[in-house]
Amino acid sequence: MADLPRILPTEITPERVYERRREFLKGSLALALYGTLPAHAALPAWRKTAWGRDESPNSWEEITTYNNFYEFGTGKDDPAKNAGSLKTRPWTVSVEGECLKPRAWDIDALVKAFPLEERIYRLRCVEGWSMVIPWLGFPLAGLIRQAQPTGKAKYVEFATLHDPKQMPGQRWPVLDWPYVEGLRLDEAMHPLTMLVVGLYGKELPNQNGAPIRLVVPWKYGFKSAKSIVRIRFVEKQPATAWPRVLPREYGFYSNVNPAVDHPRWSQARERRIGEFFKRKTEMFNGYGEQVAGLYAGMDLKRYF
Amino acid sequence: MRRDDDSVTGGGTRILRQAFLVTPFTSRFSRHAVFLLCLLPLARLIVLGFSGGLGANPIEFVTRSLGTWTLSFLLITLTITPLRRLTGQGHWLRYRRMLGLFAFFYGVLHLTSYLWLDQFFDWMEILKDIYKRPFITVGMTAFLLLVPLAATSNDRAVRALKRNWKRLHRLVYLAAILGVLHYWWLVKLDVTQPAVYAAVLVVLLGLRLWWRWQVGHPRGRG
Repeated sequence: MADLPRILPTEITPERVYERRREFLKGSLALALYGTLPAHAALPAWRKTAWGRDESPNSWEEITTYNNFYEFGTGKDDPAKNAGSLKTRPWTVSVEGECLKPRAWDIDALVKAFPLEERIYRLRCVEGWSMVIPWLGFPLAGLIRQAQPTGKAKYVEFATLHDPKQMPGQRWPVLDWPYVEGLRLDEAMHPLTMLVVGLYGKELPNQNGAPIRLVVPWKYGFKSAKSIVRIRFVEKQPATAWPRVLPREYGFYSNVNPAVDHPRWSQARERRIGEFFKRKTEMFNGYGEQVAGLYAGMDLKRYF
Repeated sequence: MRRDDDSVTGGGTRILRQAFLVTPFTSRFSRHAVFLLCLLPLARLIVLGFSGGLGANPIEFVTRSLGTWTLSFLLITLTITPLRRLTGQGHWLRYRRMLGLFAFFYGVLHLTSYLWLDQFFDWMEILKDIYKRPFITVGMTAFLLLVPLAATSNDRAVRALKRNWKRLHRLVYLAAILGVLHYWWLVKLDVTQPAVYAAVLVVLLGLRLWWRWQVGHPRGRG
């Protein structure tokens, strides 16, 4: 009897954790590995945050080879194949429009001007798949405050680079180039909204929207404009890329909403890349606690 | 369909005939070869599956691939009659049944991947999908149209149905049209690929209409 090993209750892995051991291994391995990779010279120091620490991120491979970035082709593997032609230096982001302090930011100055942090966010694509991604960036609110928007600034418009030489997909009129996205000023100021310059602690790969992109985790992925060259404060709701070509299928708000289906397919469930079974899609992609207040009293079926 | 006739299809036919000349030796083995060839798309998926080559979203890759191959085999099946007419060689007919059955085979796999990998046999969801989503509705209809065709593809059914067999099997035209529509409505924005299938189908059906029209309007009589 005395030889029996004594197992403390604290040493027993809870069943829920045990059942997720593969996910856990995958996630922690990925996290551990990227720490050992040589850091890219261009990125200053950054800090980790609590955002998404309970999630297991998708692999670097998954995040960088399965992309929607029509500027490089409409296939999921096109961006990874074709985005090499994009030159991300020198790069200027023009902050302009209804603000007191417009400024043409050099990308390297911009990256140094705001403290970088890592946040692990869920990303839900309007097509019905999702990923978990460790982004590196800073809240957009900081940049907006510096620009000092005027009372006329009700919306913020984001424009992607328009250069068919660097972006071969723009040689075909699939979308009305350049890609334009937009947010209401309060959405843009929300602490969850980020400008992203990195991924897994490294500089953002071209196919993911280098050198700088938007990430709005409670909205469908296409709202998060990539390779941004212009941020403009405007009074009227911007005419954004997807509603412009298919107004019946895509709205300006495009909040993740399992109760509002795409006219051609259901939004109730999603396939998390790397998982076999589909999972239920959560209202506001699970960020309702933080953002539901932005839409109080709004009919989200109408403002889809 | 009328019998092949040089006076209708013209002198170009002779060149085509020579290009597609089949010797007794090749014809004996060709059916086995075509059979194996038809299995290649499936073999490719299996190899890719085991070598991790299906990308980040393997289930979507498999479902899409099986779908486009179903459509491809439908269109390939529909090229047999035009090929026979243009080359004046009846031997093409020997592949038609096999190709049609392969279209059905890939259709079954495509449907299975939807029912299983996409919906996990949630029948309520599936019924809702069929009712609510036009692209699923037409896809499912196209598949159901193929079922009686596959079921009556054997020699006994051909003999038993006599002339009705031909009438019944004209459903394949409708199935192909619905199949292309299914693909077209599924695509988010860039319809290049469904447009290619649509163009091929227009040519294949157009040829038939043209030949039909010619029967009523023989050359030389105006």
